[in-house]
Amino acid sequence: MSVLQNIGNWLDDRLGWSENIMPLIKHPVPPGAKWAYVFGSATLFCFILQVVTGIGLSLLYQPSSADAFESLKFITNQATFGRVLRGIHFFGASGMVIMVGIHMIRVYIMAAYKYPREMSWISGVFLFFLTIIMGFTGQLLRWDSNGVWSSVVAAQNLGRVPLIGTGLARLLLGGDTIGAQTLSRFFAYHVFLFPALIFLFVGVHLYLVFYHGISEPPKAGQLVDPKTYRAWYNDMLKRVGVPFWPDAAWRDALFGALVILAIVGLAVFVGPPELTQPPDPSIINTSPAPDWYMLPVFALFALVPPATESYLIFLGPVLMVVALLALPFVSNKGERSPIRRPWAVFGVACVIVFMGALLYVGEREPWSPHFDTKPLAQVINYANPKLKQGAILFHDKGCQYCHEVGGQGGITGPSLTHIGRTWTTDQIKVQIVNGATGMPAYGGMLSNKELTDLVNFLHAQQ
Amino acid sequence: MSQEENKTKEESRRDFMMKVSLGLGGVAALAVSVPVVGALVAPLLENKPEVWRTVGKPDDFPVGETQLVRFENADPKAWAGMTARTAAWLRHDTEGHFIAFSVNCTHLGCPVRWEADAELFMCPCHGGVYYRDGSVASGPPPKELQRYAVRVEQGQVQIGTGPIPITNFGDEQAS
Ligand code: FES
Repeated sequence: MSVLQNIGNWLDDRLGWSENIMPLIKHPVPPGAKWAYVFGSATLFCFILQVVTGIGLSLLYQPSSADAFESLKFITNQATFGRVLRGIHFFGASGMVIMVGIHMIRVYIMAAYKYPREMSWISGVFLFFLTIIMGFTGQLLRWDSNGVWSSVVAAQNLGRVPLIGTGLARLLLGGDTIGAQTLSRFFAYHVFLFPALIFLFVGVHLYLVFYHGISEPPKAGQLVDPKTYRAWYNDMLKRVGVPFWPDAAWRDALFGALVILAIVGLAVFVGPPELTQPPDPSIINTSPAPDWYMLPVFALFALVPPATESYLIFLGPVLMVVALLALPFVSNKGERSPIRRPWAVFGVACVIVFMGALLYVGEREPWSPHFDTKPLAQVINYANPKLKQGAILFHDKGCQYCHEVGGQGGITGPSLTHIGRTWTTDQIKVQIVNGATGMPAYGGMLSNKELTDLVNFLHAQQ
Repeated sequence: MSQEENKTKEESRRDFMMKVSLGLGGVAALAVSVPVVGALVAPLLENKPEVWRTVGKPDDFPVGETQLVRFENADPKAWAGMTARTAAWLRHDTEGHFIAFSVNCTHLGCPVRWEADAELFMCPCHGGVYYRDGSVASGPPPKELQRYAVRVEQGQVQIGTGPIPITNFGDEQAS
């Protein structure tokens, strides 16, 4: 016992543990900081999880445009626990995005960004964007056809930045086509550059947590006044503060552990996303779609009026960054309680509903042609050869990719199952020949006979 | 020399050395950053020539048809593997006259598919559709499909390699 104690004392003397670290761990925090406060630390746990599993993956991954796909197949199908490792890294990314989102909403709703914690918020905003960037660059490292085409989409997005857009796109791809340089770039960004920035900002963020102390749970009517807040806060800590460890920290530890277990569970039972086709840019039968956290943006790009899109792609993120950075300066004192700030709560609710709705439409992709819809003539038996001909045309001319008849077909355009009840043959004909907003004009692409067959077929849909 | 004088001399000496070390540190940082930044911006400095790639004989492409052709991009590094490949939609428009369209949708770059029966290019990402001449038929694309140079040389159809077409801010709506 005394030997152990001696070793402990020696180490403490040389490392300064009890003098410098213990006070940090035991620093007093306001009481009542309960479960609402666990999401920041959960984000950090997820980040550490990503670093650790990322290192594991990098032991197995070949970051070259030519070999990455094969090495991913190896990781997924052959490497010991490789599949689980990939799965943890994938769900860990989702976990980090979710936790950072909830943490941010919690801070906003409780107005914890107000004096004196403006810089905590600002460093947090950077961490939020870095998290998103990491998610996106990570998706590209999968380097299947989805990854390749996502990198083109990313380059195109950058291309909409005025003046320097093409240059930025080139920097991202490492040249003006996909090629040998492309994956090296994304690998460097995902593994060195952005993680380094995250470490930096996490350091600042945590330092500020210690420096200013954790914000106290807001009480209605208790206003923040920059002149008196600090004295009041310190006084409050002296009176009722509790040591962070163990009084508050156990919740962080418990919740963090549960989050990580959930991620590991998903990795084991659901597994990582399937790899699609190889990263050959000349394979074009692919439908690139981003991972879920980027899907709302993907949906937005499909739905906004094209004329406004360049502005949206460029100005949208800029305005978002400016607004988020400006927030603690626009309102840095006064009421913090969500009960007294109904508009803030309402705003958050709107954002959540909006993103949720976009995520939902993004999943359904109602604007996309359904290339794989089964030809009607194979599903329904048409006795009348004319009708059968029309049904075949309905599929082959691409109508069925966007319109459904009798439950078969896309959902981009209106259903035509009962079109014959309300439309005359002439109306149908005019529409097909001239097209409409969102529908090509088929005039030049159909022979007279084809047009008649198609019109008759549609008019028979009663 | 008085002690006073000694002290000021010592101070100005220290001041000087401090400036020297800061200056040298700056030079060292600059010297290191040149190759690092160079590696970062290299893609902007390299100028790639247009290279002609042979994709087949004119007879391989029936008049009036649009086909996918695959070829190697302008800058195939040894470790590019299959990513050095690229593709274009080649249309034998009238006898001996070819048009080559980029496969990249002008909206956000997804690969468009030629639907031969419908005679339309369709994009899987956000529903962009183009007519057979590459002009926008519907959906979000802001301009018509980009074209590559094509020529028939010594009985071979050749396509001029080109960069991935990047749609810029404010590119006008075609059609
Ligand atoms: S990329 Fe083609 S429609 Fe968006």
